[in-house]
Amino acid sequence: MQIEASLWNASWATDGGRMQISLSYAPFEARYRGFDVARCSVDKSSDMNQCYASHYWWNEVKKFRVKEMELSFTQGRWRYEQWGGFDPLSSNNAKPPGVELWAVFDVPQSLVDVYWRNLTHTLSGLFCASINFLESSTTYSAPELTFKPSFGNLRYGTLPREAVCTENLTPWLKLLPCRDKAGLSALMDRPSIYRGFYHSQRLRLTSSESGSDEVDSGIGLEQTLTVVLQPSSWRTGKTYSVETNIQPSWSISSIFGRNIPGKCVIAKSSNVYLHLDNGLVGELKNLERENAKYVANTFESEGFQSNHAFKISVTPDKVFEEVDYLHGKSTSVIYGFSVEKYSDSQPFDLGLTWKIPVVWSCQQAPLHASRFLMGSGNERGAIAISLESTESSEGLPTSHIIDGRCELRVDIFQVVPWYIKVYFHTLQVFVDKQPRAMADVVDKIRVSPSKDKVSPGVMEMILKLPCGSKSAAFSLEFDKGFLHIDEYPPDANQGFDIPSALISFPSFNARMNFSEDEFLNNSPILSKFQETSPVLSYTEVLLIPLTTPDFSMPYNVITITCTVFALYFGSLLNVLRRRVDEEERILRSRAGRKAGWISQLLSRLSAKLRGRPQEQPTSSLPYSFISFRLVLKILLVASIAVTWQYYFG
Amino acid sequence: MAETEVSKKRKRPIVRLAVLLLSHSVLVSVICCTAGVFGLLLLPVLAKNTYISENALMPGSASSMLSNQEVSEANKLIKELNNLHSNPLGATTESHGIIAKYMSNLGAQVNNHKFHPQLNQFHPLHFFSGPDSGVMQENSTRSLYGINTVGIIRAPRGDGKEAIVLVTPYNAVKGGVRETLSLGIAYSVFSLLTRVTWLAKDIIWLVADSQYGEYAPVAAWLRDYHTPAFSNLDSLNTETCHVGNNNFESKISYGIRRSGTMAAALVLGVAYGNENEDTLGIYAEASNGQMPNLDLINIVHYLAVHRQGLRVKVEQFHWLLNSKWVKSLGEVFESLGKMVKTLNPDWKLGISAADYVEGAATLASSLYHQALGVPTGPHGAFRDYQVDAITLEFSLRISFDRLDRRNDFLLHGGRLIEGVIRSVNNLLEKFHQSFFLYLLTSPSKFVSVGVYMIAFALLVAPLPVVAASLYAKTLDLNPTSEKDKSATSNELGSVLQSWKWLNSVKTVFVVHFWGATVSLLPYFISQIPDSDPTTNFSVWILLSILSLEILRWILVSPSSHIYGLPQGEWATLKSATISSFFIGLGLMSVINFATAEIGALLMVPMALMAHPLKLDVRGQSLRSILRMICNLVLGVISFPPATFFVFKGVIEGFSGINAGDFWNWVESLWAWNSATYLYIGMVHLPCWVLCVQILLHPC
Repeated sequence: MQIEASLWNASWATDGGRMQISLSYAPFEARYRGFDVARCSVDKSSDMNQCYASHYWWNEVKKFRVKEMELSFTQGRWRYEQWGGFDPLSSNNAKPPGVELWAVFDVPQSLVDVYWRNLTHTLSGLFCASINFLESSTTYSAPELTFKPSFGNLRYGTLPREAVCTENLTPWLKLLPCRDKAGLSALMDRPSIYRGFYHSQRLRLTSSESGSDEVDSGIGLEQTLTVVLQPSSWRTGKTYSVETNIQPSWSISSIFGRNIPGKCVIAKSSNVYLHLDNGLVGELKNLERENAKYVANTFESEGFQSNHAFKISVTPDKVFEEVDYLHGKSTSVIYGFSVEKYSDSQPFDLGLTWKIPVVWSCQQAPLHASRFLMGSGNERGAIAISLESTESSEGLPTSHIIDGRCELRVDIFQVVPWYIKVYFHTLQVFVDKQPRAMADVVDKIRVSPSKDKVSPGVMEMILKLPCGSKSAAFSLEFDKGFLHIDEYPPDANQGFDIPSALISFPSFNARMNFSEDEFLNNSPILSKFQETSPVLSYTEVLLIPLTTPDFSMPYNVITITCTVFALYFGSLLNVLRRRVDEEERILRSRAGRKAGWISQLLSRLSAKLRGRPQEQPTSSLPYSFISFRLVLKILLVASIAVTWQYYFG
Repeated sequence: MAETEVSKKRKRPIVRLAVLLLSHSVLVSVICCTAGVFGLLLLPVLAKNTYISENALMPGSASSMLSNQEVSEANKLIKELNNLHSNPLGATTESHGIIAKYMSNLGAQVNNHKFHPQLNQFHPLHFFSGPDSGVMQENSTRSLYGINTVGIIRAPRGDGKEAIVLVTPYNAVKGGVRETLSLGIAYSVFSLLTRVTWLAKDIIWLVADSQYGEYAPVAAWLRDYHTPAFSNLDSLNTETCHVGNNNFESKISYGIRRSGTMAAALVLGVAYGNENEDTLGIYAEASNGQMPNLDLINIVHYLAVHRQGLRVKVEQFHWLLNSKWVKSLGEVFESLGKMVKTLNPDWKLGISAADYVEGAATLASSLYHQALGVPTGPHGAFRDYQVDAITLEFSLRISFDRLDRRNDFLLHGGRLIEGVIRSVNNLLEKFHQSFFLYLLTSPSKFVSVGVYMIAFALLVAPLPVVAASLYAKTLDLNPTSEKDKSATSNELGSVLQSWKWLNSVKTVFVVHFWGATVSLLPYFISQIPDSDPTTNFSVWILLSILSLEILRWILVSPSSHIYGLPQGEWATLKSATISSFFIGLGLMSVINFATAEIGALLMVPMALMAHPLKLDVRGQSLRSILRMICNLVLGVISFPPATFFVFKGVIEGFSGINAGDFWNWVESLWAWNSATYLYIGMVHLPCWVLCVQILLHPC
């Protein structure tokens, strides 16, 4: 571990050049004030106990009794059609937009919610994100059937609208041993990461405290950053005619604008892998078969690296070839590069130059899932999930034959906020565009209807689709609810998000098989690729426009309410104040007095206007007298106003 | 006794005011009606300048990125499509392939959408109901179909929740430069948008196959986008519709591709103009007088005028531009404005007479098109799904044959569309800041609901006053005043007297019921095969009269003379008529304000003035003769067909009027599900019949 300091003679550092640094005093001695090591620092003499203080994140994990946890921040959407959805890379790393958090707790079921709430608050502080909104019971759910095998101690929540930016990345980088200062993470130039199509930062914690064995117990922290970048030549190399369109070549320095200056000092291993997926390798092999003259340049001997299609600038240290025992389809190839031997003076800069145009497609998930809204208007609508078979599903092994029938198992996990009142009984199932009874297709279903302002609606379905089916569609009708005025978010007019549905295919495993190798076991990412995990895909986030009040309404409401109150209290006071006999007495006493001639004239005039015989002067007198003075006053004010307007306005 | 007298005199002020109003109902109605008409005429003067209300839109703040490169690419597409049209055989199918190829070369997702054009039919139960999937398609002929081509650009970093729609109607059968130019504009913008990084919303480009009209393909696509039919009973999209000899063509799917919620839609069109400069026409009226948010019109206007130097126009009544009385009215207002200005220079009421005439012509057109309730373009289909949409129609001063001229046009048009899309793209929320209820008096001036409502309110205000005063008068006419109250011998009679209004209300109800029947009759008449509009119209009128007589015979006549005292009956009848008309107008003003406004303008004077002709003839004073003449004139004018023919005659000249025109007009109203049709059938016509009945009352 080392601490670096630098002297700045720039204008911003020297108060506009007024306080120049005199280098004649060198060498300088630096004193650090308020220096805080983000890790637990241990002297040789002192014991390790202080590292158990609660402000270290690893102790937080213990405090919150998290057995397993995953947090992901994602921007952009994973395009399953273009970027694939079957290999472990896309299946495990594609995440829904925004924040997704799930955690399994090692506590009794009654306490899970409390621990979840505490965890969300801590994470929201750690990652400068509004994860604390997941605290409310309307935002998280407890899947049981489809998400992961759990026993009621799993909580799952998403924030589809969370904007992901550098302030989320910085705390994530802080967890890395060398932050973004050295090693592989030096590539993490913020502008180039955020310029890409998609990026997802993921943090996964697993704690295995149950074992008594000292080696096993501990916490594993796994950090993944998945980025889909556009080569910098993407925009300039635009050609309209497809024939001459060669796919852009790239290098690490051209994509990231940086190189890898060797490995991080405290890292155990530091590797870069280049994965050529099945489709590409297959296409390349076909090309080679066609061009017989390249036969000498065989794939087996040189591992593709300087074949006729592309050229890799750095010689790989290792080449892994995926072994497919089941059927002789094309398999993917991974090149491994160790960056340990590189240094600042000779940085690692991997590049790939294409020579000929190759068109290939990534391996797709067995069914392509898309979700959309149906209907129009602010009253009701329907959510539809449509699954369409992709090419890859046709040639897949049918190892999931149950009772002689070939069936494809699909799990759907869908959370719907409470203000979208889904009627689960309206679930309609169509297989190959024919309506089907629910029992034919749905193997198991678990529904927890939403409670207003308490919990979201959750639907988990395990489907058994017939193998050859080309398409399947599900639709659920819903009513749009009304929200209380203070439940609307600040940008209510944008609409409300329905989080992504999770579609998983448990009968398919996204894993790669490599021939046994010593090196594989040392590489965490490759061993991760070899793990068996179901193929997952997330659907799009949906935007539902709800009825939103006119937010200038409160002003109008205040005006109306004030008017009503004034009228009410005015008349009430009037009733309370008035004494019935008293007024008549006063009137009668006033009647005795003599009336002025103007008031008499006015009363006569008003009587004429009303078209009635002239009233008794005795009774009409007080009003007309008052009105005379009133009229005089109004006239006075009006004349003042007119003169003011005329001369000064 | 003295105490009661005092209390009587000291009535609440509000009651006294009401009594005063009732006793001067004639004066009140004259003043209010004049003020209402005057207020309507004053609207062009009161119009405010438009302004961009939503700050996030920021139109024109970014410099345009569209360059000549995109334009030359667009020219390639235009050329290829035009070449295709030189051999018209198979031009339709191939043009779709070419457009789809160009789209997918840009990296957009392309799909075709097949639809059957729907014949406009009258569905009496489909008023106000939402668009239905599948059901309507059963009736349509199978052999006719059109193919829309849809291209979608996914926003590179967006989450795909929202989309902006660009529509270009394209008639491949007709062909020609005019058809392809709008495609050229859209293509140049589309090709730019595939490469920009600032896109936050997806872009959907719909090339609508407009060989069956421009509205139908857009409506069909929107219906399938929003309410897809999962169960494939009609097998619309799966059947192989045509054998694509092109290998590429077969790859394009017929399944509809979707993006998120639509934020806004722009429909592009190109017209041959014969004006002095390049103009851009904006059409905004959707069904039932719904308008898109004013901000959408504002940004288009701002960018067109201040960035691209186009002249923007909205629809006008050209016959109003030359009319003498509007001009003189404008001069009066101009001089009035000048006078006001001498009092206070801050009061900016005055506009020049020429401006007034322009404003009045635009306002009248705006009011008319809203009142008609028929959308003025394909954008109307979007409004049914709460999407703000407008149609932009470019018109050029010269032909497009010269290439440099065409390039210039493509560049300007493309930059305008790019700017609008960029502004909408900036929008975080949906359009909600600016007005939805407004009338345009010029592309940059509008009258908001708060102002134009006053004219309507003034027109309608005398209705309840007159109704109440008439009812009060009939009570006074009856011998049930206070003096006779002591004579309790005729108790039953007095009770019956006080319930006399029930009879009139029954008449009113029967006539309204008849109105509903009349509005349903065209459904049955239209079933008659091979009939021309004139006969249909005459059959309709005959059946209407017949049904009115039958209803009267069944329901009214036996009970009309039970209670006697016919001298006050016309007054209660009028009172009930006016009340029902008032309620009808009030309801209509919520549904379609412009219809209610025009309806009030036509019918309110008639309803207020209606007075038995017999009494007027007997009266023989100047006042009663004047009233009689007015009644006769108004009675003719406010009859809906008569109104239509007078209006048509004023606009187009009286020479070419055919009785069947009215039938055609009404047919178009019901085909578009316009609420105006319901208004005419169930409010306006019954009121007119009742007024005529009052005029002919045998007193």
